[in-house]
Amino acid sequence: MASDLLRVEGVHKAFGDNAVLRGMTLSVARHEVVVLIGASGSGKSTLLRCVNGLEAVDAGDIGVGDLDVTADDANLDQLRRSVGMVFQSFNLFPHMSVLGNITLAPRKALGLSTAEAEARARELLARFGLDAKADEYPDRLSGGQQQRVAIVRALAMQPELMLFDEVTSALDPELVGEVLDVIRDLGQSGMTILMATHEMGFAREVAHRIAFLDAGKVLEVGPPEQVLGDPQEPRTREFLARVLG
Amino acid sequence: MSSDVVVPYVDPERRLRRQRRGRRNSLVASASTILFFGVATAVITSTAGWPVVQEAFFSPEYFALAWPSVLEALLINVKIFVAAEVFILILGMLLALTRLSKAPALMPLRIVGTVYTDVFRGTPTLLVVLLLGFGVPALNLQGVPTDPLVWGTVALVLSYTAYVAEVFRSGIASIHPSQRAAARSLGLTGLQTNRYVVLPQAVRRVIPPLLNDFVSLQKDTALVSVLGPIEALRAAQIIVYGKFNYTPYIVAALLFIALTIPLARFTDWLTARQERERSMGTR
Repeated sequence: MASDLLRVEGVHKAFGDNAVLRGMTLSVARHEVVVLIGASGSGKSTLLRCVNGLEAVDAGDIGVGDLDVTADDANLDQLRRSVGMVFQSFNLFPHMSVLGNITLAPRKALGLSTAEAEARARELLARFGLDAKADEYPDRLSGGQQQRVAIVRALAMQPELMLFDEVTSALDPELVGEVLDVIRDLGQSGMTILMATHEMGFAREVAHRIAFLDAGKVLEVGPPEQVLGDPQEPRTREFLARVLG
Repeated sequence: MSSDVVVPYVDPERRLRRQRRGRRNSLVASASTILFFGVATAVITSTAGWPVVQEAFFSPEYFALAWPSVLEALLINVKIFVAAEVFILILGMLLALTRLSKAPALMPLRIVGTVYTDVFRGTPTLLVVLLLGFGVPALNLQGVPTDPLVWGTVALVLSYTAYVAEVFRSGIASIHPSQRAAARSLGLTGLQTNRYVVLPQAVRRVIPPLLNDFVSLQKDTALVSVLGPIEALRAAQIIVYGKFNYTPYIVAALLFIALTIPLARFTDWLTARQERERSMGTR
């Protein structure tokens, strides 16, 4: 569909001899939540990093809105201002307060004044129950709080598309819920989301579509009840049997 | 809630045993220290050569004679140090950034930077001081200063920039690539990522080794003495040569030590403040 916000077509990406993406094709419509599942090494993280331009693809096309990410002269800084990304390892800037982390990019990349950027940051912090943490430094926060701040940091750029790369995998089990709540909230408010996760219960509940990745390709994609409830491919069934026990 | 004060429970008898052991330990430490230094002093001062050593190195008379002129001359060392330090920090950072940059157009500068570092880390600083301090003024070039103080300082800058650039480079390289990825993913440019995310963290991390190099630089300002300017070491040397007594060298040594102590304490203070700021979570 031409109206899809994200279009990935026949993308290949190798690291040395290791071909991670082998003809990946996937699209995400506006306001759609698409969840990537699949074993480690199936290409979930690499796909997300390619969409954000953090990795250059070897073949194929990626488009976000009107922007051709894979063009040689693509303005990746402009792309990244409209595509937020949250990482497994939080990656907050340890030398800056929570407020400093959130306002840096709006001030420097969007040219907002400090007052505007701080107002925007405080509004988002309040929305996710983090207003008391504005002046804390990242190492004083729990993992769950750090990850929620990382999400707020990405949201402060007012992106059209959010990418989540196994954002709960590094968290203690009791902290996973608070981060998933934030993502659920975002999905319900109409944010376009592409996320890689191992949280099957969450995927079933929040995803509009689930894509099962295997050996660098989308093997099966569809509504959760279809992919999780009635998988067509033997590889999908095998994977689900393993993770769902 | 966390506002409840929890008093940790320690078995009273165990506490008593710990206290007793603590008192005994400090008693043993004090006694052995007093004994060691007492015996050492007694042995050294009772040897046959001691009066001669004392007269040659620790003469109160020559100490008083040398003190004012060496102290005054130390001002030159301080001036050399401060001037050199500013240039070393700026040039060292530029060199580190150049060597780490991947821009194709900067290839020639990267080559120059690598050769520069190899040459000046491998050459004795004294040699560079002699070469520039005597060599350049001898060229009689128009508009080029002939003051040995200037060229001695330039030599120190050249030598130490090579070291400091490597310190900066290792600091920058120690910042995890995920920090850069996070900054770029927010739409910051490569330059902004360096300026606001990578360099502030890298510089904080290298402050201790950096100040270590500066302590070393403070001492090495004495190398300029070979060119003639009457800095602290030279001032001491003049008296030594005139009086055949080495106490002025001890005076100079004490002054150099006194000069480095504030820098060492400053480093401690800075590190402690950073630590406190971070742990209190305030700006």
